[in-house]
Amino acid sequence: MNPFQYVRATKARAAIDARAADANAQFIAGGTNLLDLMKRGVMTPQRLIDINRLPFDRIERQGTGLRIGALALNSTTAEDRQVLERAPLLAQALNAGASAQLRNMATVGGNMLQRTRCPYFYDTALPCNKREPGSGCGALEGINRMHALFGFSDKCIAVHPSDMSVALAALDATVLVSGPKGERRLAFGDLHRLPGDTPERDTNLEPGELITAVEVPDSAFTRHVHYLKVRERASYAFALVSVAAALSLDGTTIKDARLALGGVAHKPWRLLDAEKSLIGKPATEAAFQEAARVAMQGAKAFKHNQYKLKLAPNAIVQALKNAASAA
Amino acid sequence: MENEKPQPAPDCPGHNEARRTFLKQSSLLTALALAPGAVVRAAAAELDEKVAAAFEQVPLKLDVNGVKHKLSVEPRTTLLDLLREQLHLTGTKKGCDYGQCGACTVHVDGKRVNSCLTLAVMQDGRKITTIEGLANGDKLHPMQEAFIKHDGFQCGYCTPGQIMSAVACIREGHANSEGEIKEYMSGNICRCGAYPNIVAAIQEVRSGGQKV
Repeated sequence: MNPFQYVRATKARAAIDARAADANAQFIAGGTNLLDLMKRGVMTPQRLIDINRLPFDRIERQGTGLRIGALALNSTTAEDRQVLERAPLLAQALNAGASAQLRNMATVGGNMLQRTRCPYFYDTALPCNKREPGSGCGALEGINRMHALFGFSDKCIAVHPSDMSVALAALDATVLVSGPKGERRLAFGDLHRLPGDTPERDTNLEPGELITAVEVPDSAFTRHVHYLKVRERASYAFALVSVAAALSLDGTTIKDARLALGGVAHKPWRLLDAEKSLIGKPATEAAFQEAARVAMQGAKAFKHNQYKLKLAPNAIVQALKNAASAA
Repeated sequence: MENEKPQPAPDCPGHNEARRTFLKQSSLLTALALAPGAVVRAAAAELDEKVAAAFEQVPLKLDVNGVKHKLSVEPRTTLLDLLREQLHLTGTKKGCDYGQCGACTVHVDGKRVNSCLTLAVMQDGRKITTIEGLANGDKLHPMQEAFIKHDGFQCGYCTPGQIMSAVACIREGHANSEGEIKEYMSGNICRCGAYPNIVAAIQEVRSGGQKV
């Protein structure tokens, strides 16, 4: 690991100012991804600003939703009574990610900001525009079985690895950010960005901006929900494809629906048209198949991830079936 | 990896290359850390607390297995390296060093964590329990007894991490069925494949009703 200066912040303002003033600084919370990347030389910050002692770890009811502090642990959040009652989809997605040990370390804010697990990003001997702008995308013509189907560019075809973020995208969450210019709110769908010509930027956060909390609005999606994660072993692996599915049913009729995919794009991939196709329909396999068909419009695979073109729609149908039958 | 005492790193091409990069970066950083002392002091005031330059030893207080330690560490020392190399508690193993195998599992303030993926300085003031802190004198912890009884290991390298994780798994209330145990023990890899026996050991301790 490269040597670095370590500072510990006890006030958010000081942390933000210190980060804004130093392009080579990084915030550190759980550290489960940052230290991993630093050990491999993928990230080499010269200063770490430890934000773990900031007062952002509470999960509380606020207005018509839940406000989850950015420093709440993944494990605490997944088992929080209010989260289980009001946003069970989020709890399911959190428990699908990482291991029990990592969930005890990783924070909600850090989970959103984790970097891609693209092997070309992780290997400093290989080209990667995200790690080293201008060096090329090794995955484009290389081993691309884990890569994107939607929203990629010729500069980057990596996918975002977070499960939690897929559920937050489906639940229309809002990210609370504090920065050098004050505070602002970002719709969850606007936090992450598509790679375009600047894949080195994962999010729309400005330098020095610190996520302080995420708000999950109350919704009707408290029962018929399912987070389906397809991976190469039964647990503790990143998604090949994942689906966050939520239904609001009136008898057997779908009143409202939410759908988002993970493992297919540079950001959680919300499926608004597929959601619309479900509304007013009976909750049957035929309706789910049609939603999956709509969802996959515009998908494009590379040499080694063709299988996702079949896996993703099948996963959508299965997730919707599981959601509909959830007790 | 199996050596119990810190060894000089092997002399291989990869190592030399890493060393060169390290020297290149470190000379830069030393300069940075030494020159603008005022900047560092200003930052210290602003950030209320500790500021440690790259190679500075940071004071650190830790309670490890009930023993209070006053230590000093370089900021980049992981909790795992501190335990093994400074405190010589070599029961906690370095497997992958990237949080993928679970061999380094310890408890921090009662929660199981991967000690390879956290900096020692981040744990200032916390209570750490390692595999060495589980037994009561010569009396093994029930989970240690159960691992022996059920042959929950072969080579034994992952065992300290498995046992620390298993104890936490029961304390968390995640050992209510075989399926739940498998899910909540998935962060601990066993290359010998002792999994069925590990699950059996956990089930026995769970159903035995002993205090873990």
